[in-house]
Amino acid sequence: MSLQLENVTKRFGVFTAVDHLNLTVDKGSMYGFLGANGAGKTTTFRMILGLLNANEGNITWNDKTISYATSPEIGYLPEERGLYPKMKVEDQLIFLGELRGMKKADAKKSIDYWLERFEVSQNKNKKVEELSKGNQQKIQVIAALMHDPKLLILDEPFSGLDPVNVEMLKKAITDFRNNGATILFSSHRMDHVEELCEKLSIIHHGKQIVSGSLRDVKRSFDRQNVRIRSDYDLTELGSVPGVLSVAHSIEGAVFQIEDEKVANDLLSAALEAGPLRHFEIEEPSLQDIFIAKVGKEYA
Amino acid sequence: MREFWIIFKQAFTSKAKSKSFIITTALMIAGIFLLSNISKIIDTVQNVTGAGDSQEVLQVVDESGIIVDRLQAQLEAGEYDISVKAATESEAVLDDKVSSGEIESFLALSVDEHGTIHANYTTMSMIDFSIPRRIQEALQSIQTELKAEELSLTGAQVQTLFTPIQFEQKNVSRSAKSEEELGQARVLVYVLMFVIYFAVILYSSMIAMDVANEKSSRVMEILISSVSPVKHMFAKVLGIGSLGILQIIIYGVAGFIALKTSSTGVPGEFSDFLSIQDVSISTLVYAAVFFLLGYFLYATLAALLGSLVSRTEDVQQMIMPMSLLIVAAFLIAMTGLGNPEVGYVTYSSYFPFFAPLVMFLRVGMLDLPMWEPLLSIAIMLLTIFILGWFGARVYRGGVLMYGPSRSLKDIKKAIQLGKE
Repeated sequence: MSLQLENVTKRFGVFTAVDHLNLTVDKGSMYGFLGANGAGKTTTFRMILGLLNANEGNITWNDKTISYATSPEIGYLPEERGLYPKMKVEDQLIFLGELRGMKKADAKKSIDYWLERFEVSQNKNKKVEELSKGNQQKIQVIAALMHDPKLLILDEPFSGLDPVNVEMLKKAITDFRNNGATILFSSHRMDHVEELCEKLSIIHHGKQIVSGSLRDVKRSFDRQNVRIRSDYDLTELGSVPGVLSVAHSIEGAVFQIEDEKVANDLLSAALEAGPLRHFEIEEPSLQDIFIAKVGKEYA
Repeated sequence: MREFWIIFKQAFTSKAKSKSFIITTALMIAGIFLLSNISKIIDTVQNVTGAGDSQEVLQVVDESGIIVDRLQAQLEAGEYDISVKAATESEAVLDDKVSSGEIESFLALSVDEHGTIHANYTTMSMIDFSIPRRIQEALQSIQTELKAEELSLTGAQVQTLFTPIQFEQKNVSRSAKSEEELGQARVLVYVLMFVIYFAVILYSSMIAMDVANEKSSRVMEILISSVSPVKHMFAKVLGIGSLGILQIIIYGVAGFIALKTSSTGVPGEFSDFLSIQDVSISTLVYAAVFFLLGYFLYATLAALLGSLVSRTEDVQQMIMPMSLLIVAAFLIAMTGLGNPEVGYVTYSSYFPFFAPLVMFLRVGMLDLPMWEPLLSIAIMLLTIFILGWFGARVYRGGVLMYGPSRSLKDIKKAIQLGKE
């Protein structure tokens, strides 16, 4: 039960939207798909859903090509609201559920369950346009989850939700993963990806610039941070070879370094200045990696 | 096929349950009942207000003094609602009275030395044609009588002078119908043409609107991830088409009941046609066929155009060329109503976008050989097929296309995207 993309390339005329993309999402795992706006995320999702055909490469789900026959197994949450504004919540969800192969009675049961779980039962007979943005997003999520899909494609699932609701949704998604669903989601929020995903990709201008498991991605990213707390002057340490940047604070400073060896040099240099209160080599955050790879202008 | 019916059902019921649909239908039914009882209503109103039964009394200044009585007799014999009386005032006074609006008109009569009647009708009203004409007719026969007396002719002799010749028109053209048939057919065709025209323009723009709506609310992306765009398009076209048929059937039944229950007939030809017994069944069948074909032709086109815009505001602009085609068809058919055998009507009845109205007009008004409507139907079917095939290709890409698209040039872009 896995989703596989091999060497997938998509061109629109001369513009290459997705360039030789490779990724594998295993059953029961979550894959984070990161990229700036216009990087090619939505195009990739549309190819996975079969709305667009790839120019090159293969996309398979359990070794089969994805077609309309597999659509009941797929749950899709588009980035923008995709609901009829003038239709009532329940009617709308029944319609969308039926399209995904559900029976009407099952759809109703599932709708009641999810509305309850997301605490929006009172909106069952309201029109979608009457709901707040966050509640609309919840309805959209229900539309993607209600038919118990095996493959979940979530485009920015957390946008427009407050922290309480983000937690509620995270819980729902991790439940799906624990039940063996294959989940691919995109986000701008690095902390969500860091928290939820075993594996991830960062794409930039259609190219996959980082990919692999979260641990490998962090390991292979040479730049690390060294945090030193000391009562003595640390300004001299900025000139140690291999230090990329320094951020001073009252308690001490954070140094971004090229590789682990520089950390040793920093430690000895710092000890020369005086006794230390704290010394730590920090793992880079996904945020740091993303900014370093994609560029500051997108962060 | 399952998804097809789900979309079909959704397109049908969401519209049929909508307030606007129910209200329009109810208003139309009320309108139909009102119209079919209009003469009753007018009568009632007139009885209450007492208006409308004034009789014309025309003052006549008769210099010869012999004509006014004859005119009175003549007008009474005929079924004219005019009566005359000899004026007590002079011509000059009456002239002033007409100018000041005190009386509407008066007539001055004299006979010259040859025995010819000279009449002078004075009025302020420019639109009064019927009264002078009737007076003229009456005076003409009076003059004939006078001359006959002068020549000492008997009534029988005069009669023979005016015996009309026997003139009968017989048309041997195979396509012509008798005058009587034509008169009846004209009303029926006229009404049905209106129905086809409005139905096609209304429901096809409804489709374009619906498709654009689904695009702008982005629900389209979810829909086409579970059902193919082609299926979605045809399910939508059929769903709204069925809605249209339902609505027309409702109006038809309402109209039928309204006419059956209203005791006073609708005046003239209209009630003859609507009394149903004389309605040509073949014309009704053709109306149904041409309505369906016309609808599917334009609906497919509308779905195609609707898939190109991303905002509902742009729909009207996008379907403008299509609307113009329907209007052109309607104008051709309208002008053809008077003379359905003109060349341009014949030719345009084979052009698929005009055929639903123009060929229907010809079929209703003329006795065409069977192959002519069949050929036109075949051309339309072929066009619908091509449009469906082409539309599906545009639609596939069009529904994914967002941005400021509001020109027909985007068709090419959409096909390109659909292929990819």
